[in-house]
Amino acid sequence: MKAHGTVFRYKDNVDTDVIIPARYLNTSDAAELASHCMEDIDPTFIKRVKAGDIIVADKNFGCGSSREHAPLAIKTAKISCVIASSFARIFYRNSINIGLPILECPEAVKGIRDGDTVEVDFTSGLISNLTTNESWKAEAFPPFIQKMIEAEGLVQYLKKEMAK
Amino acid sequence: MSMTMTQKILAEHAGLPQVHPGQLVMADVDLVLGNDITSPVAIKEFAKFNLDKVFDKSKVALVPDHFTPNKDIKAAQQCKCMRQFAHDFDIEHYFEVGQMGIEHALLPEQGLVNAGDLIIGADSHTCTYGALGAFSTGVGSTDMAAAMATGKLWFKIPQAIRFNLTGTFTRWVSGKDLVLHIIGMIGVDGALYKSIEFCGTGVASTTMDDRFTVCNMAIEAGAKNGIFPVDAVALEYVASHCKRLPKVYEADSDAEYERTVDIDLGAIRPTVAFPHLPENAKTIDEVGNVPIDQVVIGSCTNGRISDLRVAAQLLKGRKVAKGVRTIIFPATQQIYLQAMEEGLLRIFVEAGAVVSTPTCGPCLGGHMGILAEGERAVATTNRNFVGRMGHVQSEVYLASPAVAAASALTGRIANPEEIGVN
Ligand code: SF4
Repeated sequence: MKAHGTVFRYKDNVDTDVIIPARYLNTSDAAELASHCMEDIDPTFIKRVKAGDIIVADKNFGCGSSREHAPLAIKTAKISCVIASSFARIFYRNSINIGLPILECPEAVKGIRDGDTVEVDFTSGLISNLTTNESWKAEAFPPFIQKMIEAEGLVQYLKKEMAK
Repeated sequence: MSMTMTQKILAEHAGLPQVHPGQLVMADVDLVLGNDITSPVAIKEFAKFNLDKVFDKSKVALVPDHFTPNKDIKAAQQCKCMRQFAHDFDIEHYFEVGQMGIEHALLPEQGLVNAGDLIIGADSHTCTYGALGAFSTGVGSTDMAAAMATGKLWFKIPQAIRFNLTGTFTRWVSGKDLVLHIIGMIGVDGALYKSIEFCGTGVASTTMDDRFTVCNMAIEAGAKNGIFPVDAVALEYVASHCKRLPKVYEADSDAEYERTVDIDLGAIRPTVAFPHLPENAKTIDEVGNVPIDQVVIGSCTNGRISDLRVAAQLLKGRKVAKGVRTIIFPATQQIYLQAMEEGLLRIFVEAGAVVSTPTCGPCLGGHMGILAEGERAVATTNRNFVGRMGHVQSEVYLASPAVAAASALTGRIANPEEIGVN
């Protein structure tokens, strides 16, 4: 499985309130949430984003609330992958639980700029910046989490386990 | 191998004699919490399991507190979904408007939290219950659904940072100042994936409400949980609220901590976090002249009775400054009633403040006090992110109830010492 797209580059501490402002949380409709994704830090994001594009950010991406609406809005906006130096804990869980691929790789983050074209190979963890011809290897997921990703999220994984 | 307090609780709930940092475990949960924003998503996910019951109907708590009393039709639909689920699955702890409060103030008050419990909630401030010596942490809606179905959830065993408290707070300084000071020191990702454990001779002098406030904001340092040792103060609280017997865990004396930070409570000054991150902490002496438009006193961080009492001490017989809107929201119905009986509500209204029914409302920019472009608020809440309380060009300054009340009176961020209360 691979991701390939144009990079939207953000800084430290992109919080869940800017990913999807609370004022829109009176719905859980994914398409409606996606239409406001990143609105408070990047009002043109939703107009510019194309299927497969990639978000790259510095440390503590997704800090703040536990709202699963945040990774859901990003996933529904057709972002194929988020790469950051580090992720906030709940955002990390939520992304894995709903099947939004996320990768921690501080070195890659340093070498990627806004607008670069990046390719990610999820099996090997290889991140390639096609604009600059540089590449990095992200840390692989622990086996338990890999199983969950293969099952396409926590619910499907548990259903399989419960059926055993 | 020795373990921290958090590691011991997780080990016990995972049925393991020993755990180590980084280990992934499946652990039993004692309580699963959801609110009107996160539950509808969890309910959708729960349906995929095709189950006719939750793992234990006495161990699920559903609290409609964010956009309630329903702020609009969409919010009403979400609450309806939750109410219906509570009815269909016979959930014992569903709190309707009129009995509800802000979840993290409500659950301990209703006796649903005990020392030694493992509690998860689809709300990031679920970490509040560490004040009572429980392991509690925020998760997402899919986690909530999985826990409602199976009674279990996966956890990664965290490392811990230890804060050794000594001394006692000076006048007008409280748990809020301590936690803002800590976040200012270690940063909003300073405890990422880790526990924050408190210890030391200073703990005994902190009130239960101080500890709730401190643990509430552990997430603002990125922590998985914050936790206090279970001492006489905590045991008394549990005994008077919870029917179950407490289970007390203590960190091993040689438990490994990533680092230990000493804090003298007597040296903490009233502290304010400037926009737009809780780590932008300044002492009141460094604040300068910051005029404000609104003051918000309440939330799961500081909407408890002692918070209202402090605000009332300052507001009594005085008037809020011209042009400042002061909104006070007690965190639960019981706190509201107590504030009424103690005459605090009269003091607030006479001072020119608004008293709201318990709701998250203004804290998350939901309703009941949204900021316009360019406006500034001093709030006793826990987040001051861009757009948190309204317009993206508005600003939130986080502070204690004492600083908030003093600011309401002066129209700028103020030191409670200035007001001249004995
Ligand atoms: S009061 Fe604020 S922080 Fe607390 S639960 Fe409600 S929205 Fe969240």
